[in-house]
Amino acid sequence: MATDIIIHDKKDNVGVVVVEKITPKQDCACWIMEDDSSTNIQSVDEIPLGHKIAMVELKEGDTILKYGHDIGKVVKSIKKGEHVHVHNVKTKKW
Amino acid sequence: MEIPKSFLGYKRENGRAGTRNHVIILPVDDISNACAEAVANNIKGTIALPHSYGRLQFGADLELHFRTMIGTGCNPNVAAVIVIGIEPKWTKKIVDGIAKTGKPVEGFHIERTGDIGTTMKASKKAQEFVMWASEKQREECPLSDLWISVKCGESDTTSGLAANPTVGNLMDKLEPLGVHLCFGETSELTGAEQVCATRGATKEASEKFMKTWSSYNDFILKEATDDLSESQPTAGNIAGGLTTIEEKAFGNFQKIGNCKFIDVLEPAEEPTKGKGLYFMDTSSAAAECVTLQAAAGFNIHLFPTGQGNIVGNPIEPVVKLTANPLTVKGMGEHIDCDVSKILSREMNLSEAGDELIKTTLRVANGRLTCAEALGHREFVMTKLYRSA
Repeated sequence: MATDIIIHDKKDNVGVVVVEKITPKQDCACWIMEDDSSTNIQSVDEIPLGHKIAMVELKEGDTILKYGHDIGKVVKSIKKGEHVHVHNVKTKKW
Repeated sequence: MEIPKSFLGYKRENGRAGTRNHVIILPVDDISNACAEAVANNIKGTIALPHSYGRLQFGADLELHFRTMIGTGCNPNVAAVIVIGIEPKWTKKIVDGIAKTGKPVEGFHIERTGDIGTTMKASKKAQEFVMWASEKQREECPLSDLWISVKCGESDTTSGLAANPTVGNLMDKLEPLGVHLCFGETSELTGAEQVCATRGATKEASEKFMKTWSSYNDFILKEATDDLSESQPTAGNIAGGLTTIEEKAFGNFQKIGNCKFIDVLEPAEEPTKGKGLYFMDTSSAAAECVTLQAAAGFNIHLFPTGQGNIVGNPIEPVVKLTANPLTVKGMGEHIDCDVSKILSREMNLSEAGDELIKTTLRVANGRLTCAEALGHREFVMTKLYRSA
């Protein structure tokens, strides 16, 4: 099965859509680059190429991990499979 | 893949080698642009480098102006230089700086002569220079004569997943062969600055990096009126899926692979510690950054993009790569190296790195980049503060 989502690091709680888009309730194949392992997730939202999907439930104040590192904070709770972007995540810098 | 040990370049008087053989008409200041462009229009095969500054600057900002001007003239991709300024003194300062390389350079000032008289005198010299340069032949040069700068732009998440790691893979393969490498973009390491600092080859390099980053960050915090959204990340970055500066920074940082940087350079400062990777304090705006790296002597540039930045430089060829299949499809005329098959897992990172090495060498040997063919010659001076 083709890869729909790539995850940089095992610790990450988000993945990146690498197909033109995924549609709601799609069973997506995920590849974790760090250890070449695979997993699956069912999407909630339609998510375009390059955008992120929540791999777990995330609540306000949680830290988003990508590349195994802190890339910002959750400002609005996010369900597993939902679109993660500027509407629910903000920088901790600036 | 066995990496070739040499490329075909232009050997220069000071021992450096160029991937291009430009004769440039360099205006010292904004008001000399018209004359410089008139000369370049008269004499075929020369290029003018118009820009917006050079008057009433002072202190560190003026020093950076001179460093950028002189460094641009000294770049080994430049065979010979005509310098044109309004006044004789600053014109001569730049001519003298460039003359240290041993390459042909001559300056002209416009005061007391006017544009037309200056254009005539400078055109005669430019014709002599370009006909001389036209006889230069490419010769076999060791790979270590390549000075490779990198900068990414209009990034998206595919940059951090694939295009930037492809550049990192190239660095990992070419660094042991003795090339000079340079990355910059101080503000775009924000969020990854602590991790980046651990990549200093020495304690001094790490500390110098943190000092440089902190100073730039303080400046941003002082000037910022909001959270910088749509400036950093840009609207294009956000459309491509990047959410925060931290995410952009960790993607950006993939460009250096596993290399360690041996020193931190001032903007447009020529590296002096030999082969290896350098960090340069630069803006993250594409044309400003590439202009500074070219002025530091880098002779070929690698530019990964996600959403499709189209920047070029008048003297340093800019090789574009992308992993975003939509960018390849929609604006393929800007892409020199397509690594989008990484995302579909039909190509691994090492294969992509090999492809980029092949493309880089073809361009070093003379193949035009997309940006060159399309006429992109963005030459943008970095200005540190208001003029006096």
